[in-house]
Amino acid sequence: MVQSQTDIATPAEIEAICARFDDDPHRMLDILQEVQTRFRCVSPEVMEVVASATGLTRVAVDAVVSFYSFLSDAPKGRVTIRLCDDIVDRFSGLDAVIAAFEAELGIKVGQTSGDGAFSLEVTACIGMCDQAPAAMINDVVLTSLTAERVRDLVTQLKEGVDPGLLIGSRYYEKPPQDRIRDAVRNNIRRAGAVLLGPVPADSGLKKALQMRPEQVIDIIEDSGLRGCGGAGFPAGKKLRHATQNDSTRRFVFCNADEGEPGTFKDRVLLTERAHLMVEGMTVAARAIGAEEGLIYLRGEYTYMRDHILAVLDDRRARGLLGRNIMGMEGSHFDVRLQMGAGSYVCGEAGALISSCEGLPGEPKGRLPLPTERGYLGLPTVVNNVETFCHIARVMDRGAEWFRGMGTDTSPGTKLFSVSGDCLNPGIYELEYGLTLAELLDMAGAPEAAAVMVGGPSGTIIGREHFGRRLVFGDLPTGGAVMIFGPHRNILEIVDYYMGFFVHESCGYCTPCRVGNVFLHKAVQKIRAGQGKQADLDYIREYSATIMETSRCGLGQTSPNPILSTLKNFPLLYSAMLKGGGDRTQPTFDIQDAIEEARSIAQRRSYIFDRDFTQ
Amino acid sequence: MSGDSFTFTIDGVEVTATPGQTIMEAADAAGIYIPRLCDVEGLRHQGGCRVCTVKASGRSAAACTQPAAPDLVVDNETDHLNTMRRHLVEMLFQEGNHLCPVCEASGNCELQAMAYRLEMVEPFRFPGLEPCRPVDASHPDIALDTNRCISCGRCIRASADVDGKGIFGYVGRGIHRRVAVNGSDLAHTDADINDHAVSRQVCPVGCIIRKREGFSIPIGEREYDHGLIGDEGDSE
Ligand SMILES: Cc1cc2nc3c(=O)[nH]c(=O)nc-3n(C[C@H](O)[C@H](O)[C@H](O)COP(=O)(O)O)c2cc1C
Ligand code: SF4
Ligand code: SF4
Ligand code: SF4
Ligand code: FES
Repeated sequence: MVQSQTDIATPAEIEAICARFDDDPHRMLDILQEVQTRFRCVSPEVMEVVASATGLTRVAVDAVVSFYSFLSDAPKGRVTIRLCDDIVDRFSGLDAVIAAFEAELGIKVGQTSGDGAFSLEVTACIGMCDQAPAAMINDVVLTSLTAERVRDLVTQLKEGVDPGLLIGSRYYEKPPQDRIRDAVRNNIRRAGAVLLGPVPADSGLKKALQMRPEQVIDIIEDSGLRGCGGAGFPAGKKLRHATQNDSTRRFVFCNADEGEPGTFKDRVLLTERAHLMVEGMTVAARAIGAEEGLIYLRGEYTYMRDHILAVLDDRRARGLLGRNIMGMEGSHFDVRLQMGAGSYVCGEAGALISSCEGLPGEPKGRLPLPTERGYLGLPTVVNNVETFCHIARVMDRGAEWFRGMGTDTSPGTKLFSVSGDCLNPGIYELEYGLTLAELLDMAGAPEAAAVMVGGPSGTIIGREHFGRRLVFGDLPTGGAVMIFGPHRNILEIVDYYMGFFVHESCGYCTPCRVGNVFLHKAVQKIRAGQGKQADLDYIREYSATIMETSRCGLGQTSPNPILSTLKNFPLLYSAMLKGGGDRTQPTFDIQDAIEEARSIAQRRSYIFDRDFTQ
Repeated sequence: MSGDSFTFTIDGVEVTATPGQTIMEAADAAGIYIPRLCDVEGLRHQGGCRVCTVKASGRSAAACTQPAAPDLVVDNETDHLNTMRRHLVEMLFQEGNHLCPVCEASGNCELQAMAYRLEMVEPFRFPGLEPCRPVDASHPDIALDTNRCISCGRCIRASADVDGKGIFGYVGRGIHRRVAVNGSDLAHTDADINDHAVSRQVCPVGCIIRKREGFSIPIGEREYDHGLIGDEGDSE
């Protein structure tokens, strides 16, 4: 919270930071984040120093700096304001909030004030969709912003008030958990039997320590628990797979990257059930014989860092982490916290591991699986926050109890993150198997016209599908349910999320890096009323190629916003096509007339190209 | 190579492979061509261009990184796969700034040659991105024009793994990802004209330019003037 005295980094200061991380290139992200926080940028000169301290080339350091949104080679303001720019925020008055910030600060989005005091930026979903519009001010999160509140905030910030004190004057005197509860509301609407109802402390871990590791895996496998990060991979099977090698060193990683727009359930678990999550990690470690664990917390959740660190410290102090856990001879496990730095793809298991290794967040290939060769080439189990919480509860109450809830193929409960046009946005812990209509009813959304289930990588459906069930095999989801009323422009939503994928693609493979840019352009062309039937054909063909040839799940799902709306809202598109999409003869169009010549020449016309912005 | 060899098929032809070999390595050994751009003999595999996508027992995979496996049924030369490959090559053209008639790589260029092989004849539906990055001509013997770069990473791997230098690297994310050099410009790196990374085999397009060598081979005698890429062995 204290601003650095000097802003120019000396080589000695940089070397000292590197030394604190043992000059280890695998800790590159930690080193660079520390430099960024202290000196507000990682300049090319600093990259040089970091490179020689860690034994890398400068361009390898630059690769990391230039990959993550929260690192920069040019100086950022002492107070950096990042406005959450998700579609939900846009639909909740973001424009007025941006305008107020711009007017009060005298800078535009993307700029830093001349005196270096403020930077104003927009950023992808920060996990506050239930209380949009939201913003990060340095590490502090503020929600439910209005133009009026912004004027007051900026006045205080200009007077030098620490961002934390905007939450409350006694912010820093409170314990970390109270701080984050003050900053962000939990909005728990339904507490279920497994996660958000009362949970006894560490009784699952106690039971696991009394069993043989195989028994622990058997129970989790028997419970039918499926991963909660989106893909629904059976949790027990993953643990078992991680033991099928002769490695003596294995890892348990908790994925707290929560990057899928519209998802914020892990935020609530991290706030209210962090002990349960670490308990579940410790159970998993027991099951696979791992002694080292890691929590990958997204940079947007830095406001929770002190809380998580306090939980880990507390558990160490009480013998629940460290050597001989709960007095069990030979049971060792400890956990390190790794902060992310603004990149959606880092939630993908392989990219997450790359990021922890100090690299740009590029996914690994599909094979070998992380359970075979993960972090540092060693067997690694990566599970979602919610999955680990479930693991702890299953150990306590047993597989049968768990299977008694939900459906055969999707047992237990699930947290749903509900946001958008409804009366009661927030978290719902419900048994798998309910229909979307039932959930919409609870959320108070009788007007819902379209719902995005599973985030932009999931599917956007209309009313005729609201009877479908929220289970694997029908409407699978990591939990995001975003509701749109009849007054919303679906094409605007599609346009926004295609831009999101373009922004978040890591760039490793051609189809996702380039293909998405052109899909985005095609959508914009249609939105501008310039689209033709051939553009829809183009979208379908390119989408198929992108999904089939992309290297990781990001590209393999990125066309979903377009494809699902083309399927479920076909009239929307045909109404936007030139000539109405029927067989009437469109009138002469200069764009049309020069299209072919333009394509052959591969040159744009700056006079006539109104529909392309770049 | 270790372990017992096994067989699998590519387009119905039986191929022998050893454990650890990729589909492409086994195909190459058997004289079967799988289209590729980011992969080149002697360098690690990157698996980034995706032009080598095949169907391996029904599942799409990049042949250059996917391990071969016993009894795998691989489809390679199908209309479906070649259509997707054509889309990928189109994307690479669209991403860069390619004007073949004035490019000194023309005729020796793997991207251009792949476009011919895949019969890429239709005009593009959208204008290209037309990057306008400055050309780095600082070095006495070498120039770098990344406006034509297809992000194959061959220069990066050659410099790091063969030359032991690390002169090239990727910076940026997504569509802004590009090749950069380890210094303020090429003149401020250890780059040397004798590096493998700057040899003719490494850059598949016309980004890494060896000064004073351009246009030395007349049109008609350039590498792909004689036949399609991948068919070199068959054309004699
Ligand atoms: C682009 C992309 C982003 C992802 N983001 C997350 C994430 O933020 N949190 C998460 O738990 N899983 C995320 N996943 C899924 C992970 O790859 C992985 O399947 C998951 O962490 C496994 O845990 P689970 O089995 O407990 O769900 C993402 C996948 C992709 C392709
Ligand atoms: S699909 Fe996209 S995010 Fe995944 S590796 Fe390819 S470029 Fe990167
Ligand atoms: S690099 Fe190849 S495709 Fe590009 S302009 Fe030169 S010859 Fe043409
Ligand atoms: S400069 Fe050439 S070799 Fe290097 S990545 Fe680009 S296209 Fe490949
Ligand atoms: S050759 Fe296999 S991905 Fe490029």
